[in-house]
Amino acid sequence: MEIDFSRFHQTFFEESFEGLDVMESALLKLDIGNADSEIINTIFRAAHSMKGGAATFGFLDVAGFTHLLETLLDQMRSGQRAVTQHDVDLLLRSVDVVRGLLTAARDSTAADTQSVEQLRAELEQTLLSAPSDKPAAVSAAPVVAAKASNHWHIRFAPHRNLFRGGNDPLRIIRELGTLGEMQVTLDDQALPSFEVADAEDCYLAWNIELHAECSRASVLEVFAWVEDESDLTIELVQEKAAAAVVEAKPEVTKPQLAVIQGGRENAAPADAHKASSGESGSIRVGTEKIDSLINLVGELVITQAMLAQQAAALDPVLHEKLMTGLSQLDRNTRSMQEAVMSIRMLPMDFVFSRFPRLIRDLAGKLGKQARLVMVGESTELDKSVIEKIADPLNHLVRNSLDHGIEMPDVRLAAGKDSSGTITLKAAHRGGSIMIEVSDDGRGLDRAKLIAKAKERGITVSDNAPDGEIWQLIFAPGFSTAEKVTDISGRGVGMDVVKKNIQALGGQVDITSVDGRGMTIMIRLPLTLAILDGMSVSVGEEIFIVPLNAVAESLQPRAEDVKSIAGQGRVVRVRGEILPLVPLREVFHLGSGITEPQKGILVLIESEGRKVALMVDELVGQQQVVIKSLESNYRRISGISGATILGDGRVALILDVGELVRANACDQAA
Amino acid sequence: MTRILAVDDSTSMRQMVAFTLKAAGFDVVEAEDGRVALDLAAKEKFSLVLADVNMPNMDGITLVRNLRTMPDYKFTPLLMLTTESTPEKKMEGKSAGATGWLIKPFNPDQLITTIKRVLA
Repeated sequence: MEIDFSRFHQTFFEESFEGLDVMESALLKLDIGNADSEIINTIFRAAHSMKGGAATFGFLDVAGFTHLLETLLDQMRSGQRAVTQHDVDLLLRSVDVVRGLLTAARDSTAADTQSVEQLRAELEQTLLSAPSDKPAAVSAAPVVAAKASNHWHIRFAPHRNLFRGGNDPLRIIRELGTLGEMQVTLDDQALPSFEVADAEDCYLAWNIELHAECSRASVLEVFAWVEDESDLTIELVQEKAAAAVVEAKPEVTKPQLAVIQGGRENAAPADAHKASSGESGSIRVGTEKIDSLINLVGELVITQAMLAQQAAALDPVLHEKLMTGLSQLDRNTRSMQEAVMSIRMLPMDFVFSRFPRLIRDLAGKLGKQARLVMVGESTELDKSVIEKIADPLNHLVRNSLDHGIEMPDVRLAAGKDSSGTITLKAAHRGGSIMIEVSDDGRGLDRAKLIAKAKERGITVSDNAPDGEIWQLIFAPGFSTAEKVTDISGRGVGMDVVKKNIQALGGQVDITSVDGRGMTIMIRLPLTLAILDGMSVSVGEEIFIVPLNAVAESLQPRAEDVKSIAGQGRVVRVRGEILPLVPLREVFHLGSGITEPQKGILVLIESEGRKVALMVDELVGQQQVVIKSLESNYRRISGISGATILGDGRVALILDVGELVRANACDQAA
Repeated sequence: MTRILAVDDSTSMRQMVAFTLKAAGFDVVEAEDGRVALDLAAKEKFSLVLADVNMPNMDGITLVRNLRTMPDYKFTPLLMLTTESTPEKKMEGKSAGATGWLIKPFNPDQLITTIKRVLA
């Protein structure tokens, strides 16, 4: 049968990568010297499944490598081998190698054969140092049939309980017939009279003469399932023997034996019974299906809003039933929207789980001691946000360990514990999530930062508030580490970190206490698909301003608005001079209010800078479903997306960052 | 139609087995561990059960032992799907009541041939 196995590859890769994560986190949990057998079992099972799948789906390098891991783990779980730091390190590195092999197999790229071979050699060396089975090749090596035509005499006398194992002697005899020509004689001497015979017992025996081009192993193979439940003799004879009573029909073709003895493998008596993995019913669904579901629910919300708007014009008394139905629809749509959005939510653990390993490896490399404390790993965040926040977080954690945490002797001298603590915290705050990366290291050095900034030609006042100074670390090309390490690089990155977070609609804040450590706080929207917006009108148009960027809105007095030659107008808001940006002019609209004192100013803030957007009116505040403008039309400067309003009209969502950047450059004026 | 219960905690293996058997004209029900399989087997009588050995919650050997105590499964072929090919492991399966075993990796032809013979 021709079956294309590639259809299962995706699933195989997914579960294998998950298996590697399981192995990794379990390995990190292993207590050297007092290893929990349940944890070893978990690791073993992951390696074992991976090997089976890899061999089945033809990823033989993965299968071969995981076979070594499995052998080592098997020795551990059977107690033949003590769990040492060396072995755990070796296994952790092996996890990385397997991950590399799987990635290469998935992307059809070349694997890093050098590191694979090196680790393979190390594993084999390690296996040699303990009682072990030969690491056999994993392959479906079929039993090769011997060529010479042999005459076998076989006596097959099953034990009485044969049927109770689900086996059928006739099936076995038929199977034997596929090897060659045979004559079968039934021996029913043991059959008692029917009054005493138990219908569930087997009382029969068979004598078989087989002429076949096969080896003893092939014959034994046929009886493999029943050899322990029967008296079996297989003798090689040359001469032709007794008469046939039952003539079995030899099949024309000689199919490959169904039961194949694979490569020799290690025995393991212990079983994996009660795995603690919190099994809960779940199904694997493609993200595109969920995205389309979210999209459809978005459409439903819009339709519902349209209906509500139409119904508002109707007489509530005359249309009471309709109104009740509509308000029910409203409630149900909202719950449905929430439920659908929650499908995309993943716990922060998804990202956090990589850090214990990272800290362990890095601290070792740097000669530092550090522990990781994680708080709020179960806090949920939209999958797309989680995926995009992983790299920035990675960078921040590396930075904390590399630049924040001091060497153990320095820490002791400062009266601190020799081991530093890095804390990762996640929590919901209103419609956002707060993620904190903090350490109890040396903290930021204000004087050093200012000196460095001046050296780099960045204007900074000596009296600037701390918050402003700390933000300097996000300036491009800024690094205060005395020597560049391969851990957190050369200062490139922190600016990228900030950019990435801002691209997600998030903000970064820093607090730092000299000698006591620093904390980086990231605030992110829970999802990228829905936005809390303030709708404002300009002439006939409605725009949505992301609510998290709105500082305040006000109606200015005429005397607070000033014109500056060549730079347009500014407005004074409580002593602060801000550029005044009429939205009407930004988007070249034909209508709308032109005098600031008649309109409304919405103060928007981005990257610490503010501008005052001039609009006609504030319309309201609402959650909007974000639709990409780029995928439906094209990119427009100053616009980040679009949404559909209750009345069916399209409203554009303002790109606050861009509007501020384009208009606030001369803020000092 | 002949209904087969395929039990494996590895989704890809389970899907592969199920797909292969379905392509050969069998009706297949999947279960991700022994516990789930036992519940399914209590609700209907399958013609054959194909179970992995290493599984969380309830392993294949325990599953087989439990199935054999059920009247409906007294003589039903129960096959172990395993990479453990050493005598002790196989004997453990056999003494629990398994009919036989299939050793991973196997190809679809081997699987189908074996299943068809057992069900013949």
